[in-house]
Amino acid sequence: MTLASDAALAPAVEASLARRKDAEARANPLLVLIVTGMVVALGSLGFVAVAPNRILSGKAVPLWSAVEPGSALLVGALVVALGVAALVRSGPWRDRMTAIVAAALLIACVAAAGHAGSLVAADSGPIARTSLGAAFWIVAAGSAFALADATGRLAPHPLAQAAIAAAVVSLLAALAFSGALSDLSLAREFANRQSVYGAEVVRHMALVGGALAGALPIGGVLGVVALRRPGWRKPLFGTLNLVQTIPSIAIFGLLIGPLSALAGAAPFLRTLGIGGIGAAPAVIALTLYGLLPIARGTFTGLASVPEPVIDAARGMGLDERQILWKVSIPLALPILVAALRVVVVQLTGLTVVAALIGAGGLGSFIFQGLGQTATDLILLGALSAIVLALIADLALRSLGAVLTSGRPS
Amino acid sequence: MSARALPSTGGIHHLAGRPAIWATLAFLAALALLPFSDPLFHALFPELQRPLYTRASFVDLALSHAALVGVASLVVVSVGIGVGIFVTRPAGRDFAGPVDTLTAVGQTFPPTAVLALAVPVIGYGGAPTVIALIAYGLLPVVSATIAGLNAVPVAPVQAADGIGLSPAGRLLKVELPLAAPVILSGVRTSVILNIGTATIGSTVGALTLGSPIIEGLSGSNPAYVLQGAILVGLFAIATDLWFDELEHALH
Repeated sequence: MTLASDAALAPAVEASLARRKDAEARANPLLVLIVTGMVVALGSLGFVAVAPNRILSGKAVPLWSAVEPGSALLVGALVVALGVAALVRSGPWRDRMTAIVAAALLIACVAAAGHAGSLVAADSGPIARTSLGAAFWIVAAGSAFALADATGRLAPHPLAQAAIAAAVVSLLAALAFSGALSDLSLAREFANRQSVYGAEVVRHMALVGGALAGALPIGGVLGVVALRRPGWRKPLFGTLNLVQTIPSIAIFGLLIGPLSALAGAAPFLRTLGIGGIGAAPAVIALTLYGLLPIARGTFTGLASVPEPVIDAARGMGLDERQILWKVSIPLALPILVAALRVVVVQLTGLTVVAALIGAGGLGSFIFQGLGQTATDLILLGALSAIVLALIADLALRSLGAVLTSGRPS
Repeated sequence: MSARALPSTGGIHHLAGRPAIWATLAFLAALALLPFSDPLFHALFPELQRPLYTRASFVDLALSHAALVGVASLVVVSVGIGVGIFVTRPAGRDFAGPVDTLTAVGQTFPPTAVLALAVPVIGYGGAPTVIALIAYGLLPVVSATIAGLNAVPVAPVQAADGIGLSPAGRLLKVELPLAAPVILSGVRTSVILNIGTATIGSTVGALTLGSPIIEGLSGSNPAYVLQGAILVGLFAIATDLWFDELEHALH
């Protein structure tokens, strides 16, 4: 069966390779699209928005009037260079050029926004606010995406990608630490909350960690149960899927009643911090959400271990427990790590909602911002949550790649 | 499924095997009975002055919630499947890699963060919620369409070419039907995710079944929270079970 389908696949694979070769000789249509979008945005949309104070909405200012001509020219030149990269002959040279120009454009674009903020602050005093405009976001997102796309082709290994991402992020961080960005409204919101920001990040990660501490052992056991008892699979995964179906805020809300009743009946629980609102219902709900992907990943991973390997282990005199820990789990590790990545990313996102029941975390900035119509506070929370999820994703993908390296695929 | 295997066992047995119908009935019953449940919630929460959410009728909330998700899902299904088809055709193959990267990276974004980011751009209300639902809901549909079309075996495609079907005919009559189960599972993920995200849409001013929950949380009224949570939980479960039915029907 496999042999036959492999043989049938061969012409299709060749055809697709030929198509790919054909495509590589042409311009990069995606990059052309991105650069066109950047040019249109810089020409017609505001690069920053300047407001007289924190609450009033700002007036859009295009790039060329927001910064000194030198900065505007630099950004413009890099956009043109990216356009040239889109048109040159394909190959590693194009990807290298694209990656370098895109990284430079991203940094220049952020620096220009910081520069615009400083000019506004020097001009209209410290109460005036400079927010990032649509053109900024389009250029920043476009160059970040062009960078990711080019590095994806140049260095497919997650570790190499992580290294490049870390290099760009540390350059941006250096820019931020130098004070070049401190007059942007986003930086002001951060400065106002500097004392609690770190604590909320740690709290966010602690909520995810707490949920993992519950979901990993329980989900793992459920996955093993599903493997050993085929009859339990359907009801088990059906029930866990039902939990995933219910909106997070509903589960958070449903736990408030029982937990506050519990804390009312046994007051010592309250001294432990267990009550209707706060971390306890959040961690319980997040644990429930984590069960399905972990149980399913454990089941799929362990089921993927070839039967002859298990038989061989049994023949060598290993008992079931030893087979699980010494044979099955090590062999299933890549799938288990992939499941862990899915869970960590999902829980990092769901924890944002936990702020609504007083559990804290990065969601508290988002919901405070929504309550005060303070756009940049919303942005601070949302961007931080996105970055945290991306870091978790990249870190666990790198771990997965390290674990699979040196294995025959 | 068991009901399908034994079609002759009659009405009750037929119903017993179809949880989607039970969940829908439970949702409709909750919707109809909650307005009359004042005494029940007074008994459950004696300390509350007004234990029943009355700012908007539950039916209105449910309709508004369903409309937000429905509008977003229509866009998501048509655009998402369209994009998935485009990047798997010869003309769009150049975009396949980047679209793959975009959907993979986009799905790591927390849905609530995407919802919150729509507010600075569009303002408060239903509109940012629909935009966020579309933006986030597209990702699973696009990636499922690509996965489904790429997983279509070569043999039937070659057979379709052999009998002289045009590329469009091959797509409509062979590839899409074979990829349908995978595409449907992507649509399911997207719709269920969007029901949940729409619930949080109440924090940006959309009218949804999440409104009683959010109001109950900010006003320390656990009864409101319970009412909203029951309704939105049943709504999501019923929708998910109908997708189950649809998947069985496809097989």
